[in-house]
Amino acid sequence: MRQAPSTGSPSETSESAAAARTGQGLEGVRILDLTQVYAGPYATRLLADLGAEVLRIEAPMRAGHGPVGRLPAGLDIMYPQREPGEQPYNRFAYYNELNRNKMAMSLDLSTETGRGVFRRLVAVSDVVMENFSPRVMPNFGLDYPELRKLRPDLLMVSLPALGLTGPYRDYVAYGTGLEGMVGLATMTGYPNGPPLKTGIAYGDPVGGLHAAFGTLAALRHRRLTGQGQHIEVALRESLTMTMGQAIMDYAMNGRVGRRQGNRHEAWVPHGAYPCQGEDEWVAIAVRSDSEWRSLRQAMGDPEWARDDRFAGALGRHQHQAEIDEHLGRWTRGFDHYGLMRRLQDAGVPAAAVLNIREMATDPHYVARGFFRSVEHRAAGGAHLYPGVPWKMGQTPGAVRRPPPDFGEHNRWALAELLGLPEAEVSELERRGVTATVPAA
Amino acid sequence: MPPSALEGIRVLDLSQGIAGPYCAKLLADYGATVVKVEPPEGEPSRQTGPFPQDIPHPEKSGLFLSLNTNKKGVTLDLETATGADLLRSLVEVADVVVESFLPGYLASLGLGYEDLSAANPALVMTSVTYFGQDGPYRDWQGCDLVAWALGGLMHVTGEAGREPLKAGGTQAEFIAGLHATVATMGAIYFQEATGQGRHVDVSAVESVASLTEAAALTYSYSGHVRGRDGARHHYAYPSTILPCRDGHIFVHSGGDWEGFCTFLEAPALRDPRYPGARGLADEIDALMLPFLQRHTAEELFHSAQLWRIPFSLVQDVGEVMADPQYRERGFFVDIKHPQAGELTYPGAPLQMPQSPWRAGRAPLLGEHNAEVYGEWLGLEAGDVVRLRQSGAI
Repeated sequence: MRQAPSTGSPSETSESAAAARTGQGLEGVRILDLTQVYAGPYATRLLADLGAEVLRIEAPMRAGHGPVGRLPAGLDIMYPQREPGEQPYNRFAYYNELNRNKMAMSLDLSTETGRGVFRRLVAVSDVVMENFSPRVMPNFGLDYPELRKLRPDLLMVSLPALGLTGPYRDYVAYGTGLEGMVGLATMTGYPNGPPLKTGIAYGDPVGGLHAAFGTLAALRHRRLTGQGQHIEVALRESLTMTMGQAIMDYAMNGRVGRRQGNRHEAWVPHGAYPCQGEDEWVAIAVRSDSEWRSLRQAMGDPEWARDDRFAGALGRHQHQAEIDEHLGRWTRGFDHYGLMRRLQDAGVPAAAVLNIREMATDPHYVARGFFRSVEHRAAGGAHLYPGVPWKMGQTPGAVRRPPPDFGEHNRWALAELLGLPEAEVSELERRGVTATVPAA
Repeated sequence: MPPSALEGIRVLDLSQGIAGPYCAKLLADYGATVVKVEPPEGEPSRQTGPFPQDIPHPEKSGLFLSLNTNKKGVTLDLETATGADLLRSLVEVADVVVESFLPGYLASLGLGYEDLSAANPALVMTSVTYFGQDGPYRDWQGCDLVAWALGGLMHVTGEAGREPLKAGGTQAEFIAGLHATVATMGAIYFQEATGQGRHVDVSAVESVASLTEAAALTYSYSGHVRGRDGARHHYAYPSTILPCRDGHIFVHSGGDWEGFCTFLEAPALRDPRYPGARGLADEIDALMLPFLQRHTAEELFHSAQLWRIPFSLVQDVGEVMADPQYRERGFFVDIKHPQAGELTYPGAPLQMPQSPWRAGRAPLLGEHNAEVYGEWLGLEAGDVVRLRQSGAI
């Protein structure tokens, strides 16, 4: 493994120093992150959480930092106190949540000078990750065969939506649309209703997770063999992995899964049931006859539930509409949290359907320290971020650094990493090859 | 054949169901030697469908077959003293354990992380559970639905005013398995550099919560609590699924609003209030619908792409498997299995040309008992027979 360079990364907290002592695993691995929006940034967030040094490379003119110019209706929610402020690009929730623990510089890759700087950065880095459409990097002269001339053991990770080859290679698709392209949307929704999506751009983080895995596997391979390589994660293909059961059913039986709300093919009841408050729900799953008996007990064994037709799994399946109706009438009398506890105490899988406000104060999340308060000057103080999504022995799973401000690490990258003289650093900014304010 | 990325890594997969097995499958498909350790009667997912012609058979579960590719299979009854000893011996010569039991179960058998790391201080042990290894809900009952609900994605999936929904399939399980894989690989990378082991604690609830797409920071910034709104994206707009002449189409405006309006033959969309205006979604939908309803999904998809507008098809699984892009890229692969026959499986989730993905089948129950207990532990054939007779394997 390459030794950690003595980078003197700026604004490390003392928590970070502790992390460096115990090690998250990827200390000394430098990643140039050209990715945009969600899929790639989620991958590099995971790798940054494992200790990698991630330097984002962002275009000086068109930032992925929220809307430029007029604020579209409904988007004020993404800013602290609903105020875009004088530096809206440093205050955009979407960017900031995904890019904590990273550094960022702005660099215009459409200029030869910018590409020259990028090439010098590649020579001192381990990984380049990008999720442009497949034409962009070759058009810049920055495809893998070129980049590996600068660093023979370089790993490059590309996250095209549909693949770098094939009839759709030049098609554009976003994480939001990919649920439609893998069969998931046709299986998500109410019975007889239209196909729906998850509440997020689901294809993006699933692709990002696979890309983070691929990067780690390739780093390990490089340590064994000294070889770099170009990894391709087609977002659609990686998302298709989550459809395994449905794919096997089609392969075996030619059957196509359809929307069935929250229902399960074998477990009844299985769904979200209304509770006392507005838009409060409890999810209940009964996986066996013994859990059904536990549910009956938790309900005080009402007469309807004693019906013999419901005692076995097959009978419950045949009469699930009736069961749902009775159960929903009962759940309405409770608050969702209280009911979750009551059912779990009885051994029935149940969960309050939590919104983000409830998650932030939920005793289990709080006890495990999942959400982390991170101080960020541009946002005017400390705010709540999802923490590191795993725990590992003694290593602190903390957020080491806030999201970078636009171009915050230009000077660090140019002067410290590359050793450019001050005059050249200033000249790059004067010519707009780098910037600290995105040009509109 | 170039070396696999994870060649030489020995993994004991004690996990059951979906999340843990998917993690161990990824490690196996990219070259690790993964031994699936099942109870003598087989792990429960062998009883879970789909099955060919819907006839249950422990060697023909589509769920088990697809999640346990490239693994070797051994049986081991952890609840017998001999079985527990055998596991400790296996751990001594392994690098990684993946498990998904209720927290505390393995420790109650003397097989918790403390015990196993005493046998092998460099051990990486990954525990993937619904709630994690500590916290007040640790001992609760979980499943995909529960993780989706507590993890916050259920609250934002479905229509406003109707019950919240889970996504199709078992998404929370895969999300947990993926986070477990990334964390495990991080721990392996650290282990190989330092000789130090780790206990990796992954919870499905927190894995789902990590995917709420800026909901936490948005809430923390502005107090906005995200709700449900059908197929609409929570802030980028237009980004939704709408009806077209013969079905549904995923609609997205992409980066060129002017081109988008021209393509949709909807001049009224050229109102400066509309680009990206999530708050005006109903108005925007009404202006898009007439054009969409005049055309089929295939027409819309391919013609939008010519304009570089990122429309997507809304395909069922059969259509996905027949898709020309997948065919040309060879994504789906046919894998033979001695009992289940030749079936089509999802193939490589990512391409690594220097250390390629490999196709392989799931093991039969106890198929590699003689090989693993013999080669790893040096047991004679007679010992293996005696273990079988005693019920330990």
